[in-house]
Amino acid sequence: MSIAVAHGHDATLIGLDAEHAGPASKRIVTAYGFWIFILSDMVMFSCFFAAYAVLLGETNGGPSGAELFNLKNVAVETACLLLSSFVCGMASIAAEVRNHMWFQIAMAITCVLGLAFLAIEFHEFADLVARGAGPSRSAFLSAFFTLVGCHGLHVSGGILWLLTMMAQVFAKGFRADILRRFLCFALFWHALDIIWVAVFSVVYLLGSAV
Amino acid sequence: MLGKLSWSAIPFDQPIPLVTGAVVLVVILGVLVWIVLAGHLPYLWREWITSVDHKRIGVMYTLLACVMLLRGFSDAIMMRAQQALAFHSNGFLPPEHYNQIFSAHGTIMIFFVAMPFVIGLMNLVVPLQLGVRDVAFPTLNSVGFWLTATGALLVNISLVVGEFARTGWLPYPPLSELTYSPGVGVDYYLWSLEISGVGTLVAGINLVTTVLKIRTRGMNYMRMPIFCWTTLASNLLIIAAFPILTATLAMLILDRYLGFHFFTNTGGGNVMMFMNLIWAWGHPEVYILVLPAFGIFSEVISTFSGKPLFGYRSMVLATMAICVISFMVWLHHFFTMGAGPNVNAIFGIASMIIAVPTGVKIYNWLFTMFAGRIRFTTPMMWSIGFMVTFIIGGLTGVLVAVPPADFLLHNSLFLVAHFHNVIIGGVLFGAFAGYTYWFPKAFGFRLHEGWGVASFWFWLIGFYVAFFPLYAVGFLGMTRRMQHYDVAEWKPWLDLASVGAGLVLAGIICQIMQLVVSIRRREELRDVTGDPWDGRSLEWATASPPPVFNFAFMPHVTSEDPYWAMKRRAQVEGDAKEPDYQPIEMPRNSPTGFVCAFFASVTGFALIWHIWWMAIVALIGAYATFVVFAWRDHDEYEIPAEEVARLDRANREARRELVTAAGSV
Amino acid sequence: MSDVELHHHAELAPGDEEQVSVKVRVLGYLIGLGLAVLLTAVSFFIAGTDLVWQPSIPVAIIVLAIAQMGVHLVFFLHITTDPDNSNNVLALAFGLLIVFLVIGGSLWIMANLNHNMLPMDQIMQMQR
Repeated sequence: MSIAVAHGHDATLIGLDAEHAGPASKRIVTAYGFWIFILSDMVMFSCFFAAYAVLLGETNGGPSGAELFNLKNVAVETACLLLSSFVCGMASIAAEVRNHMWFQIAMAITCVLGLAFLAIEFHEFADLVARGAGPSRSAFLSAFFTLVGCHGLHVSGGILWLLTMMAQVFAKGFRADILRRFLCFALFWHALDIIWVAVFSVVYLLGSAV
Repeated sequence: MLGKLSWSAIPFDQPIPLVTGAVVLVVILGVLVWIVLAGHLPYLWREWITSVDHKRIGVMYTLLACVMLLRGFSDAIMMRAQQALAFHSNGFLPPEHYNQIFSAHGTIMIFFVAMPFVIGLMNLVVPLQLGVRDVAFPTLNSVGFWLTATGALLVNISLVVGEFARTGWLPYPPLSELTYSPGVGVDYYLWSLEISGVGTLVAGINLVTTVLKIRTRGMNYMRMPIFCWTTLASNLLIIAAFPILTATLAMLILDRYLGFHFFTNTGGGNVMMFMNLIWAWGHPEVYILVLPAFGIFSEVISTFSGKPLFGYRSMVLATMAICVISFMVWLHHFFTMGAGPNVNAIFGIASMIIAVPTGVKIYNWLFTMFAGRIRFTTPMMWSIGFMVTFIIGGLTGVLVAVPPADFLLHNSLFLVAHFHNVIIGGVLFGAFAGYTYWFPKAFGFRLHEGWGVASFWFWLIGFYVAFFPLYAVGFLGMTRRMQHYDVAEWKPWLDLASVGAGLVLAGIICQIMQLVVSIRRREELRDVTGDPWDGRSLEWATASPPPVFNFAFMPHVTSEDPYWAMKRRAQVEGDAKEPDYQPIEMPRNSPTGFVCAFFASVTGFALIWHIWWMAIVALIGAYATFVVFAWRDHDEYEIPAEEVARLDRANREARRELVTAAGSV
Repeated sequence: MSDVELHHHAELAPGDEEQVSVKVRVLGYLIGLGLAVLLTAVSFFIAGTDLVWQPSIPVAIIVLAIAQMGVHLVFFLHITTDPDNSNNVLALAFGLLIVFLVIGGSLWIMANLNHNMLPMDQIMQMQR
């Protein structure tokens, strides 16, 4: 069943391969699927950004961003995440050359930096709530807590995933399927940093500059 | 301990849901008991529940859709009956009850009938048409199906434990906020859709990756069947739009559960933002539904006209154009909310533009039929019925796309008639055509033709009799969702509409009969060769049903309509010699999907009733399921070459007759 | 009509980079980190300073943010304009289109709605 009549059909019209070679490798398929998932996650975040932008001025007589945001904390959080992205990159390289020790060290540092980020953010939220600026105070605060909190939830999920990956590599080594999963994790972790760039710029910096 | 849950959640004082619930419960229990006692459980568990085979999952999606069609349709019958009776009277359904019925009707029909139906057909057919063994992520596919089933389960539980939303199928605030909907109804809706939304997203990722990355050798983009193109477009829309639904419903959940102020009247909330965001999802959603139907029609019309599809390239362009433009029209669902003439004009014009690529498709289908040798089989009847019906529905759509006209017709029964016209005429007719067309591929025997034709005529005539009066009564000023009315002018039209509903009921009964009769007479209706319709695309190159691995050797494609080319070649050159069979690796079955959905159901139910400890335990369970799945060492099993050879030889033997008969036109 | 020749486009998984030495890889990440730190520092500085023309601050911050997202995409995610990466870039482009439509469309629509649908008492207040 593998022979068919050739049928002069110009397949290069869209500038794609002249003759499709067949199904792509598992690594490409897995990573591409996850990449699309990340894009869908970006669309979800964009809804929260849109809601935040619309509700920016609805402080209901309560405090605005300028009165609440502590840019020093934000700078430290940013440093933590950015460094963790870099260190995660080092973990990727370690995985590529199959070096167990450097992989686990890099992942551990990534974890610590991620936890530091979460600790600062949790502290900030707790502080706001204590000051009566919790999410039920106003629509602006609802949108702020949701947008920033959703990112924080993703980071928390990422840390759970990170720990699971460390455990898997420890238990089973750099098997092909585990490496595929790690590639997805790396995509996820870097994407979270990209979203954070948008968050600190649009929410904190623009919010304070007002 | 059990949150808000108590015995008062069961509607002891409402006979209709109580009796219905009791009957359904008895039936379900009876079926379960029979399955266990007759020893079918191991088979079901091994072959269906834990299956990661796209064909099995496709069938289960379709089965879910058909069962839920019965539930959604019974809601419709109740609504029609109420409106026929409730002239200067309260009818038999009090408002609190009627409101739940129309809300459930819409929710179920869109999310648990139309979506699973098209996703099921895409799952079943696309890997076969692409000449490959399965979708990109088989286990994830199973997860997606079972999460969808969870959503359906939760909505149905609301009938007997608690209540459903009374807001309509889209829960507009402030009605859907805690102040005006303090009960669990809206929560049932929200959690059911959040959970099944994850399932849908997963299906979207799976199918896009499959079409883009998993095609057989030689299957360039421009050689794919159009159904695969429409699958790509529809699933790109799923990936782009469902996150919006997730986010918007999440905001409403936060409002209701944690006192946030996204859409509340107080605290600075913006009610209009909900409408904006929900329709930014809602409009692409209808194209998610109709694009696969368009793909089905392309396949069916081409096969039963005996000609290649006319204008392949323009079909592809039209499909992708619809995909993109569908994200630029959503405001037409709320012209009357007050954005002003400039905004309304832009979106109105865009809404009219999107009709153009659909028109291109209609012309292509007509030109495909022109000078073809047409066989009026049941799928072809559905296609022709679709073309007439959908055009009319589309025209009424262009009518309401004109903002000043929409100011008169918004939320009238004219609108209701319009969207049923396009959804029934487009999506449902397409689903029925696809169901009949691909049934033999899935099960190995055709559906009875006579009952099929009968069901088609009842549906077609029933649809017109049920919904065209609604256009009239919409022009006469009747608003949608009315529990009772006093305008005498409307009554004859509404009575006529009930007759139409009765005719559709007859159509559904014919479909049930068709299934029963076909199963009993399956030997006569057996599809021996795997190619019952003299098809053109690769799914017809396999046995019916295909072996788990689909193709012994993934075909090498060199043209459009690859299977047609293969048959031509076999006629000219005679039988190809037997290939050198190799063992094939396939993914192992996994209970991950089912178990995960179990935990999701418990989580959803617990969150609805505010049983916090249960929700946390179930979430941990869901996470644990994934870790267990991720920890397995053997994710594939091997099918020995002899087994592959045995299965393939059987089909080659059966096909020898088809080819030597030289009947291919 | 002969059989078409097999051409095989090299394709990269998103996140994977070309096969190069460890040193070159680490350097890539270091450059990315350096650029990101620089862009972040400038953003923070601009937000707090009086040295810049005030109305341009929002635009500057957004431009810097977009630039930094680009740095991340190129240096950390290895999404480049290489032909091997074109599928990944196309997917990204589609995602960005949707993000732009959703955010831009919503902002435009909500601005118009809010303008036209101000509650009565606020309109009265405006008219005093």
